[in-house]
Amino acid sequence: MYQTNQYEGMLSETAIIRGADGDLINAYLARPLGPGPYPGMVLIHHLPGWDEWYREATRKFAHHGFVTISPNLYYRDGHGTPEDVAAKVRAAGGVPDAQMLGDVEGSLRYLRALPNCSGKVGCFGTCSGGRQTTIAASNLNFDAAIDCWGGRVVMASSELNPKNPVAPIDMTKDLKCPLLGLFGNDDQAPTAAQVNQHEEELKKHGKTYEFHRYDGAGHGFFYYDRPAYRQEQAVDGWKKAFAFLEKYLS
Amino acid sequence: MCTMLTLQAKIAGCGKGAQGWFDLREANVSYDHPFHFHLEHSLNIDFVNEAAGPGARVAVELTPEAARELAMTILATLEKAETDGFLEETPAHVHSH
Repeated sequence: MYQTNQYEGMLSETAIIRGADGDLINAYLARPLGPGPYPGMVLIHHLPGWDEWYREATRKFAHHGFVTISPNLYYRDGHGTPEDVAAKVRAAGGVPDAQMLGDVEGSLRYLRALPNCSGKVGCFGTCSGGRQTTIAASNLNFDAAIDCWGGRVVMASSELNPKNPVAPIDMTKDLKCPLLGLFGNDDQAPTAAQVNQHEEELKKHGKTYEFHRYDGAGHGFFYYDRPAYRQEQAVDGWKKAFAFLEKYLS
Repeated sequence: MCTMLTLQAKIAGCGKGAQGWFDLREANVSYDHPFHFHLEHSLNIDFVNEAAGPGARVAVELTPEAARELAMTILATLEKAETDGFLEETPAHVHSH
């Protein structure tokens, strides 16, 4: 916990990393100034894009003592405002899960190569990024993962397609790290019933997890710039997120 | 954007974006989270020219009721134009433009 008499500083900037298939993509990196070693975080942005909220979240994690990187999962889709690029990706049905995994793996590798990173690295994502976090946590060697209201973790077979060939819930048996889930009970994607289904699967496979469900909240209750924002639930959710990371990444 | 419900129409026309008028080639219609409108989900239409890059975009975000009203009004307008004898055949070069 920050004390008023301690030195604090961070550096945040755009970095270039190698993602899926060795492609160069850009990423936003924020790191505390100091020798560390600091634990790391990979932030998987939501479908509204690699936007200001994710830059702020990246700096927030750095402020809390994590070397944090947020890869631009839409780098290959052209450049413009985050919203225009995200609209293009929305029209295309999102990015392929395999490509996302490669970009997240590249981010993880980048962090673990930094001399001030302890090597303990977590993953965080909201909305579509929450779904992708569950995929990353089942396929890559993270030390902790935080899924915030990820929709389409539970998918009917009719929803599967070449970009999303496997439902994330069916990867639960391979989950490689503790998982924290934060959900609003009024959410329609995921519904409370789908969150129950995901939790049952975690129990079935004996996985370490914590699910917290909030009454009076729906989808995206951390987003202070959207009507979905719920102050009390968001403050508690952030508290739970940092307590979880303290437990598993220290 | 968790519904991922998007359909595309190939269109011909013009739209006015941040940089002025440009040719439209596609309309991407989705029912998903809006970027700006204060609803969790809305009917979104992005009038775009994909070949011109992500910035060639005119966006609207509507309530479902407004979208239905708009769709019916468009069809009613075209029907009346046809009934009154105003509707012109679109030249082939505009279709293939």
